[in-house]
Amino acid sequence: MIAIADYGVGNLFSLKSSFSAIGADAVVTNDISEIEKADRIILPGVGAFGDASKKLFESGLGDALINEAKKGKPIMGICLGMQLLFDKSYEYGEYKGLGLIHGNIRPIADVIPKNLKIPHIGWNSLSFKKESPVNKYINDGDFVYFVHSFYAADCDEYTVATAEYGAPLTATVQNKNVFGCQFHPEKSGETGLKILRAFTETEGF
Amino acid sequence: MITKRIIPCLDVRDGRVVKGVNFTGLRDVSSPVELAKHYSECGADELVFYDITASSDGRKIFTDILTETASKVFIPLTVGGGINTVEDFDRVLKCGADKVSVNSGAIKNPSLISEAAKLYGDQCVVISVDVKRVDGVFRVFAKGGRENTGIEAISWIKNCVDNGAGEVVVNSMDTDGVKGGFDLELLKKVCDTVSVPVIASGGAGKIEDFITLFKEIPNVDAGLAASVFHFGEIQIKDLKEEMAKANIPVRR
Repeated sequence: MIAIADYGVGNLFSLKSSFSAIGADAVVTNDISEIEKADRIILPGVGAFGDASKKLFESGLGDALINEAKKGKPIMGICLGMQLLFDKSYEYGEYKGLGLIHGNIRPIADVIPKNLKIPHIGWNSLSFKKESPVNKYINDGDFVYFVHSFYAADCDEYTVATAEYGAPLTATVQNKNVFGCQFHPEKSGETGLKILRAFTETEGF
Repeated sequence: MITKRIIPCLDVRDGRVVKGVNFTGLRDVSSPVELAKHYSECGADELVFYDITASSDGRKIFTDILTETASKVFIPLTVGGGINTVEDFDRVLKCGADKVSVNSGAIKNPSLISEAAKLYGDQCVVISVDVKRVDGVFRVFAKGGRENTGIEAISWIKNCVDNGAGEVVVNSMDTDGVKGGFDLELLKKVCDTVSVPVIASGGAGKIEDFITLFKEIPNVDAGLAASVFHFGEIQIKDLKEEMAKANIPVRR
């Protein structure tokens, strides 16, 4: 069973549907005991980091995720959910993340040329940087769908794939059993479904 | 590298796609779900569902169709038509829409864009504008292009983006239906004015029209069309192949 953590941030309909499409059993839940019982956890999220981080820690879910990650349970953060896995974000202030992957969330504007639009929105290709079980069914150069204005920085050690947008932006990360996708696998067609399927098969951490 | 997006638009009334559709090999050519799956498999980068239903019964059918599509098609879905309040945003987002396109609703209620952007984020709010030249000035038309609002289009679009619209669909009524190419003059003006993604609509008749669009205006992010795709006059696979040959970045 995969638990899709519902902490009041974003729409989880497509995520749940994409797990159904690959034949994986997933449930959307805000019940911490259910999340603790699950084999794997998805941390979704859209919107602002500060608001989401507050909701995550106030609900007790933040601490539960940190505990489950320490036990070796596979966790995947998606979009803002990926950003929340990091130490800190500088999105309109300075906010604490879960600290499961070392690095910081910074504005894309800091690293890309001025003539490029923000947010980075649309289909961009992945450039592999490191082996990872989540890339098992996809190829270097495959396209995925992005929508974001901030990116994970200072995390070379954990970067599995990047996407070129005037600068190489962190796309996929992994720290042992903790995974993250800046893009939306649930909106990235077949490639996205393959990434989710690979995640459901990760083991042995 | 970020790619240019190709977006088919499906007009849906009472649960069926209207405008003629002549695909072979589809079980039900006017089923929005079947058509959405077909386009997704052909390489469409995104889909727009436009609800042209007038009745509340039809609206219920539309949301059911949307739910079914969103549970089977895993590319971004934008929904437009009849979006007048934040409750309308909520209604379609719950059914699996990723973005919501506002047209007349933003003219009637200018605070709709900022309210929705605050609730759901800029990336979720798309402003769609029907534009026509009147005495040499670009004017915004409402009610499906039937009513001249007298509003100057470029400043209106800028205003909508300042209020939080994260994307702009520019539909030129002057080129729409003519199949003589996109309205490059209008699109260039919009691209020079706003810094959010711009989606060109109205006028595509052949593959070369898309090539011209992306070559002439490198800042345009996407091309949207309906009948040329529905009638099979342009196959998305062929279109993307030709775009790639012309060195336009495209997802294949």
